[in-house]
Amino acid sequence: MIECRNLIKTYISGDVRTDALKGVSFKINKGEFVSIIGPSGSGKSTLMHILGALDNPTSGEYFLDGHEVSKLDDDELSDLRRNKIGFVFQAFNLLPRTTVLRNVMLPLLYSGMTMEERNKRAKECLRYAGMEESKFMNLSNQLSGGQMQRVAIARSLINNPSIILADEPTGNLDTKTSKIIMDAFRELNRKGHTIILITHEMDVADCANRIIQIRDGLVERDAPNKPNDHVI
Amino acid sequence: MIGDLFKETVWSLAGNKVRSGLTILGIVIGIASVIALVAVGQGAQNSIAKNIESIGSNLIIISPGSQRVGGISQGGGSSETLTTDDADAIKSEIANISAVAPSVSKRYQVTAKGNNTNTQIIGTNADYLAARNVAIGSGSFFGDSQLKSSAKVAVIGPTTSEDLFGTDADPVGQTIRINNIDFKVIGVTVAKGGSGFNNQDDIVYVPLLTAQHYLSGNSYVNNISVAAADQQYMTTVQSQITELLLRRHKISDSTQADFSLMNQNDIIATASSITGTFTMLLSSIAGISLLVGGIGIMNMMLTTVTERTREIGLRKAVGIRKIYINLQFLTEAVILTFLGGGIGIILGWLASLVISKLISLTAQVSLSSVLLAFGVSAGVGIIFGFYPARRAANLSPIEALRYE
Ligand SMILES: Nc1ncnc2c1ncn2[C@@H]1O[C@H](COP(=O)(O)OP(=O)(O)O)[C@@H](O)[C@H]1O
Ligand SMILES: [Mg+2]
Repeated sequence: MIECRNLIKTYISGDVRTDALKGVSFKINKGEFVSIIGPSGSGKSTLMHILGALDNPTSGEYFLDGHEVSKLDDDELSDLRRNKIGFVFQAFNLLPRTTVLRNVMLPLLYSGMTMEERNKRAKECLRYAGMEESKFMNLSNQLSGGQMQRVAIARSLINNPSIILADEPTGNLDTKTSKIIMDAFRELNRKGHTIILITHEMDVADCANRIIQIRDGLVERDAPNKPNDHVI
Repeated sequence: MIGDLFKETVWSLAGNKVRSGLTILGIVIGIASVIALVAVGQGAQNSIAKNIESIGSNLIIISPGSQRVGGISQGGGSSETLTTDDADAIKSEIANISAVAPSVSKRYQVTAKGNNTNTQIIGTNADYLAARNVAIGSGSFFGDSQLKSSAKVAVIGPTTSEDLFGTDADPVGQTIRINNIDFKVIGVTVAKGGSGFNNQDDIVYVPLLTAQHYLSGNSYVNNISVAAADQQYMTTVQSQITELLLRRHKISDSTQADFSLMNQNDIIATASSITGTFTMLLSSIAGISLLVGGIGIMNMMLTTVTERTREIGLRKAVGIRKIYINLQFLTEAVILTFLGGGIGIILGWLASLVISKLISLTAQVSLSSVLLAFGVSAGVGIIFGFYPARRAANLSPIEALRYE
């Protein structure tokens, strides 16, 4: 369902040219749990943004469920992101001065769904992501890093997307919180969601059924993995 | 959908109280000051025009002093070139005039029964009533015998009467003291409703000779009011008066005349050129406030662009279509400007009312100033509120999220 062919992404800012991706190709099937691992600066986030239909590659092709994403117009891209993709940003990207509940409901705006239904769904997703009920009405800037991460995950689940993309979801968390969050991903995967998560920690990557290693904008290794659920 | 749009907008405005408040403030200041200042300017202009109209349309006023320069009489009343004899000559030699009233005027302290007021004393004759549209309310005006005998009698305006004798009192028969000389009040004029600059109800009339004898101490007059019998004779009467006075004053070159003539239209023109300047001044101040308000709005909108661009990036990232994002930001800008505009209009209008009360003139809120002020502020608010948002909504979500 996901297919990349020779993805290249070049950033040009002023005179500086950065080749973040230098020709990445792979396929990911429905229901897989894939880790993308690599050192900092290797191009993981760049790749993830392209997979999430948030950014276009400089060249190469990216097919999602048979659609060539770079050929879609702005509205079609929005619809695609809303209906198929749940994205957990490395920097959380919550709306400032906004309640947890509102942040989670954001993707449901203009959906025509009733307020009760939205509330119900948002609460479900928050519980699923391990968020304490007492914090639902807190403002986003009154949360700890782990709590923001859970809100970000809950938001990515709200439209029941078939693919969940998470960029370093445990990057800022302690071991205990990391475990709760990884449990949530494992559970989602069991329910049939395709999970792609980025990490630079080997024990997090080890939870997946497949590990893609990236270095300097190229796939270094792409191999199945026997998940090791006991480490984390 | 519309419900969502509206809720999102209100929530966003309420969630950024400082930004919303300051933007509204900018709009309010701009609009309110323009409305109030223009209203006062126009009010002043109208009030002056009305005062002048109330003095009569067939009126020609002859003042001593050099010829008018650029429509403004130079030092009118300061030089002593007109005499009672000039007035008598006009009356006897020129046809088609209904009244000739020479007058002297000066402000004095007037006292009665321990009250005192500073007011305009006018020494004149009975023709003044006809020339200047003055009517007697109670008692009578002085007649020829009182004029000739320099009788110490006075006719007072209703405002003066009130100041000296209180409301509802009948001053006829009472005594007032001007410059330490007792005058007997023989009449009260009807209110003309003049106000502010030139209150024709706060006035004391005394016989001309009396004024010259006891107050000014010479036989010159400050001006001569002449009423033409009809509007149609105005031009001829004016040129005949000029001819007559030039001859009497032995001046051959009319540009050297030591007197000047003005009719009501000249006075209105002069006055409106002055009030026009005044209105212009007020309008410039208003314009500056509008500019300052506009810059405030713009500044507020632009300083939040970074945060808002990220917010827009996020909204797009979670799959909200561009059109809804544009609509939301447009609605926000419209609500802010209309809220600010509404408050500004009310405030400007209230300010005009208060100023009217304070300086006793009727400030007039004009629709054009409301529209102009509102248009400019709303334009600035909507352009600077909406344009950056529209630009941000056209970026890819990642570009927008990275914006700084
Ligand atoms: N917007 C950008 N403009 C210029 N260079 C960028 C931009 N985003 C990322 N890069 C560069 O691209 C490379 C890959 O970045 P990234 O994908 O964020 O790596 P990772 O997520 O693996 O740390 C880095 O060298 C980074 O500096
Ligand atoms: Mg990264």
